[in-house]
Amino acid sequence: MNTPVHTSLVLRHSYFEATARSRVAQVLDAGSFREFLPPEVAQPSPHLAILDIPGAFDDGVIIGSAALDGKPVLVIAQEGQFMGGAVGEIHGAKIVGLLRRAALEKPAAVIFMVDSGGVRLHEANAGLIAISEIMRAVLDARAAGVPVLALVGGSCGAFGGMGIVSRLCSAIIMSEEGRLALSGPEVIETVAGVEEFDSKDRALVWRVTGGKHRYLTGDCAELVEDDAAGFRQGAIDVLAGRTEPLPSSTVLRAEQERLSSRRQRFAGMRDGLEVWAALGVPDPGQVSLIDRDSLVALKKGLPA
Amino acid sequence: MENLEFRFTAQPVKPAAGAALCGVVGSGNLEILIRPGDEADACTVVVKTSARGFGKIWEAVIAEFASRHPVGGTRIAINDMGATPAVVSLRLGQALGDYTGGAQ
Repeated sequence: MNTPVHTSLVLRHSYFEATARSRVAQVLDAGSFREFLPPEVAQPSPHLAILDIPGAFDDGVIIGSAALDGKPVLVIAQEGQFMGGAVGEIHGAKIVGLLRRAALEKPAAVIFMVDSGGVRLHEANAGLIAISEIMRAVLDARAAGVPVLALVGGSCGAFGGMGIVSRLCSAIIMSEEGRLALSGPEVIETVAGVEEFDSKDRALVWRVTGGKHRYLTGDCAELVEDDAAGFRQGAIDVLAGRTEPLPSSTVLRAEQERLSSRRQRFAGMRDGLEVWAALGVPDPGQVSLIDRDSLVALKKGLPA
Repeated sequence: MENLEFRFTAQPVKPAAGAALCGVVGSGNLEILIRPGDEADACTVVVKTSARGFGKIWEAVIAEFASRHPVGGTRIAINDMGATPAVVSLRLGQALGDYTGGAQ
């Protein structure tokens, strides 16, 4: 067989399909990662043991130090395949500890690979408290001048408390496959009924939570291909020349104002297609079909 | 959940580094952690599995693995979420490969 092999396909490592450990290995400088609390010393969740559910040695999150393009960074990577990346007590404590370390050590950035449905319901209040501590720790790290980048491109997306945490980060980098929202599709359908939101309609789910939608609405700073190298380059580009601004009430009020007017502008819309039309996209039906580069070009041409 | 413990005698193996982890505790999958053990010619295995009643199959799969590879002087810990015997064998081989420095 002399069929020519398409190199771009061979060299591509899907970020969506990868485990947290392989994402860490591929996004950061090769061989630079040093894990804190590695599996042989970490504790699995005691709450899951009580409920008779096997835990994971790292409780579904990997933390450590590494280099990105030669610069020192601290790293968090959630494992979406273990309990949907959900945040339990130990999982949360590891993230909070790493972010607090960032505020003290002041690395060039924290790279936060989010892949989570939110709170781990098995751990109820401990998980909820963990999420609120993560939110505070993200803001403290940023106030100490450390940019915190959220990378969203895993199978569990960034939902619930982790959706909020992602938006509290300095910037979000997403692939088309990534999803970002508050309540997950199944939650909305369960609470409000299938007429309100059909969680089985995957195209609809992506039109209102997916990476392309979030890029067009400005919720994510960069849209990258579903590729570890794409996320790596996206993170390097976002960090280039960036200094983390000090918290300011003026900036926060302006952001609040922007979000309030956005809410009014898109009020009553039920589908990404309507939002994209309102944003000035000439043919909203094409958004789901075009590739990443075309969408980036399309966004550049939109009215401000 | 079921907790299982096994001990097999086996030829000693030399670790490349301290410990090796392989796999994820996801549906139909498992994670395997191999660490140096106390006895040079024995391998101890601790399994936590979500599927009850498969102790005999676990024993057969791991015994077959311990007879094929030198695994003496190791402690193996497994967290399982319903992996099939084929997946367990595959992951054991992968984990041992990582433990000995990719010499599989």
